[in-house]
Amino acid sequence: MTDAARLSDSLVASAIAVLALALLAYATAAALVRTRVPVPAGVSGSDRSDPAATTGRVAIALVGLGTALMVAAVLARAVAAGRAPWGNMYEFGLAGAAAVGVVFLVWGRHLPVPAVGVWVTALALLLLGISITLLYTPVDDLVPVLDSLWLVVHVAAAITAGALFTLGAVVVGVELLRRRRGRDTTALARVSHTVHLIAFPVWTFAVIAGAVWAENAWGRYWGWDPKETWAFITWVFYAAYLHALSTPRWRRGAGVLALAGFAAFLFNFFGVNIWLPGLHSYAGV
Amino acid sequence: MRTAVVLLVLLALAAVPGSLLPQRGVATDPAAVAFFVRDHPVVAPWLDRLWLFEVYSAPWFAAIYVLLLISMTGCVLPRCAKLWRDYRADPPAAPKRLHLEQGYAEQPVARADVALAGAERHLRGRGFRVVRTASEVRAERGRVRELGNLGFHLSLLVLLLGVASGRLLGYEGRVAVAEGQSFTNVASSYDALSPAPWADLGDLEPLSFTLEAFTARFETAGARMGEPREFVADLSVTTPDGEATTVVRPNQPLEVEGTKFFLTGHGYAPLVTVRDGTGAIVASGPTIFLPRDADFTSDGVIKAPDAAPEQLALEGLFAPTAAASAGAVTSVFPDTVAPQLQLSAWTGDLGLGDGTPQSVFSLDYDDLAEVTLDGRPWRATLEPGQSVTLPDGLGSVSFDGVSRFANFQVAKDPGKELSLVAAILLLTGLTVSLAVPRRRVWVRRTGPHTVEVAGRSMARREAPESELAALRAALHPPEKELAR
Repeated sequence: MTDAARLSDSLVASAIAVLALALLAYATAAALVRTRVPVPAGVSGSDRSDPAATTGRVAIALVGLGTALMVAAVLARAVAAGRAPWGNMYEFGLAGAAAVGVVFLVWGRHLPVPAVGVWVTALALLLLGISITLLYTPVDDLVPVLDSLWLVVHVAAAITAGALFTLGAVVVGVELLRRRRGRDTTALARVSHTVHLIAFPVWTFAVIAGAVWAENAWGRYWGWDPKETWAFITWVFYAAYLHALSTPRWRRGAGVLALAGFAAFLFNFFGVNIWLPGLHSYAGV
Repeated sequence: MRTAVVLLVLLALAAVPGSLLPQRGVATDPAAVAFFVRDHPVVAPWLDRLWLFEVYSAPWFAAIYVLLLISMTGCVLPRCAKLWRDYRADPPAAPKRLHLEQGYAEQPVARADVALAGAERHLRGRGFRVVRTASEVRAERGRVRELGNLGFHLSLLVLLLGVASGRLLGYEGRVAVAEGQSFTNVASSYDALSPAPWADLGDLEPLSFTLEAFTARFETAGARMGEPREFVADLSVTTPDGEATTVVRPNQPLEVEGTKFFLTGHGYAPLVTVRDGTGAIVASGPTIFLPRDADFTSDGVIKAPDAAPEQLALEGLFAPTAAASAGAVTSVFPDTVAPQLQLSAWTGDLGLGDGTPQSVFSLDYDDLAEVTLDGRPWRATLEPGQSVTLPDGLGSVSFDGVSRFANFQVAKDPGKELSLVAAILLLTGLTVSLAVPRRRVWVRRTGPHTVEVAGRSMARREAPESELAALRAALHPPEKELAR
């Protein structure tokens, strides 16, 4: 094992520790928000003296650090392998967790809802944990069929879209729960809408790039291979979600379709590689 | 729109069973459906009646997407007409109750008419279409959003056309070629050929090629030992334009005028010379053996119909790296480290004379008798360079060496360019329609020294507030601009 590979593994371990602390901080912040005593009018209750806000700031700093560690781990892995660092399930999981962190820092950070932070951090942590235990593969060369420029393009787009879908699903989930309790969800709705508006074209691009690659590697651009089928199902669910958002009477429940799309996406990553035989099963579990 | 949502959800759900059940015509494993039918004799005929082994060409699946496309066309065509009218019309007048619109503000200015002129100049500079009347400025931008939306939806129809023309006019085939052997592109050369209903197989691209060499490299150490690392097929290709040498790899097919040859597999072809009882050579050269496992334990048959005194056939089991063990030979590594060929022999009538087509990979045992030695079936295990004499004066076999064969997947899809155009249109239209906000802005004079400003987003997301802020700032043009 090269130094870079060992460094990557240590960085992943550190990232797990930091994200676990971040999860703890977010959970504390969420608990403090619930038990928060309303500040009496006239008292200058500034943000600084609010323990929930302080804990939230600590949590976001920890997520920032954890994300930096994950990005560094991905880069070290790329150096060790001398290629794009997403050639197998482990690397996809690691790069995916890093991307979830980045996406959360860009769009989810300003949400005044610690619950979103709790869930995103938990999901990133879970993905990282599954990757390092069940999916771990030492650095290695690619099998010939993966040795293509399209690996870089197609998988990078899939990772980006997946990270956006993850944040979108968490925000939509929290949004649906809060709305059922009759609370204001304007800020959440704005973020979930924005995130899905970006995620959907990126996912479309990932599917098209995959089709072009398939044409170049297998001689057909679409063959209803299980991976292709579930990519299609994911796409159609998210298309249904966007249409439901434009249907006034269905807007409130539209989030369910986004969650269905996310479930299809997750099944495509885990389920298809593990249970369904197909051309994509070289990815190695 | 509700119809669209319902049909989209139906389409997503309808696509699920096809990924869980084996499908006919899906490349992964051609025998999967047959195995499933054998293992589930009660359920399978019912699944078959519901087209569940060919979901993606099933009438009920087609019904959903055709309904979806019809409903979409019904929705999109009127919007095309409306878009055309919108493009030719000026931006609409400010609503009477402007104070209900987004970012409404009434503000004092030096002179209202100058402010209106300043607003017009500012908005034109920002790409708005602007109309100025005596009392107000009307502006709109982002109509391209609607164009993108329509382009996206119409691209789906183009995509359907591209997919359909490929399905109706193209063909797919498969052929295995051993090193040193040649392939000529006519229908009879293929091991398997599945043409579309309207494909013309008499008009295949005129070309032939010889597989000069096939190189394979595997991981030789570590946890991934035996995993493939490199495959290279060296071809010399003859087309009407002349002869050329070329290299085919995974992800790097041979393409001649739209017909593509993809390297999708490989295996071993042992070089075996068979002499009959008279000493005449009755079979020689490479014979393709089909791999059985990831380490390329392979099996195949060698038929010698011209052998005398009786027709002769050999059944072989080949291992590129044979494990040291008694019994059936098995391979432990995919590359040729210690190749071994294990043979059994049959004599009698091969059954080739009656005109029934027969696989080159199996024997018809009906009129064959296994060759025996001392009452037990005869077996021989050879390494390259070794030969063995068959019992009863039937002849001899020599194992001369090992060559490889390459499996080529051949495809011609005349609809793929159209599909690619559709995909590009789809992605562009989608991105434009989701990324570009369409909005209107109005500036109205309310007095000689006051104007009111407001905007309206024509999409679900609000227009950026900075845009109206910049407009309000432009309503106070600097003094020197006033003078101009």
